[in-house]
Amino acid sequence: MSLKAFHIFFISLSSLLSFGMAAWTIFLKNDALLGIVFAILAFFLVVYGVRFLMNQKNVSFL
Amino acid sequence: MQINIPYATETRPDTGLHNAKLGIWLFLASEVMLFGVLFSSYVLLRVGAESWPRGADILDVPLGAINTIILIASSITMVRSWTSLLKNDFKNFRLLLSTTELLGVIFLVVKCAEYRLKFEHGLYPSGSTFLAIYFTMTGLHALHLLGGIVVNAYHLVSGKRQWNLNPEKFTHRIEAAGLYWHFVDLIWIILFPLLYLT
Repeated sequence: MSLKAFHIFFISLSSLLSFGMAAWTIFLKNDALLGIVFAILAFFLVVYGVRFLMNQKNVSFL
Repeated sequence: MQINIPYATETRPDTGLHNAKLGIWLFLASEVMLFGVLFSSYVLLRVGAESWPRGADILDVPLGAINTIILIASSITMVRSWTSLLKNDFKNFRLLLSTTELLGVIFLVVKCAEYRLKFEHGLYPSGSTFLAIYFTMTGLHALHLLGGIVVNAYHLVSGKRQWNLNPEKFTHRIEAAGLYWHFVDLIWIILFPLLYLT
């Protein structure tokens, strides 16, 4: 597995954590600020992950 | 006399891997076992305990959250330093790897501040089973991050010479360092919700 593949896996997991963290802080902890920060981070990571995949088409996954 | 080590740059036909990648994955496999034992210990201690505190009540969630964002950002700069080398842009590589180093150091500073706050409140590893496993797992993780910082510092200092000598081999080394850095970040992505949020 190349760094490209591992990075995509890591970013996917991080975006899942960020979405979960956003939901946890907003609905269970009533901390809107931290929740909004993580919601923005989650969306950024999804967009970044897709753009990274498109930009690194020539790099192998292995 | 110069010794030519096989598969330092080209890939082995049977594995499809060059030396650096095979070596780092073997090393990461041993690391998975090390952290796997600790995660198993955490689960066994938790299910066996009569009562278990909520991490969010004891630990500083905002500080942990800041550190999570820092490590995610550092993984992005790390991978971009590698892609810079693939594009033969050494200047950008240096800038991005330096940023990765800086983010790693900031993580450790925040972690130290968090530990200090705990000690000031009388919360030591001997205080409870939860605190013992918290300090063990986060402490070991911090040591691994420190190791990554040292390796990256070496690549920053001797990078120009290595790049001029054999650019392909140096790019493989940075990819291996990046795989290690991502593994350490991945451990934190598991540790943070496990210790701080549950």
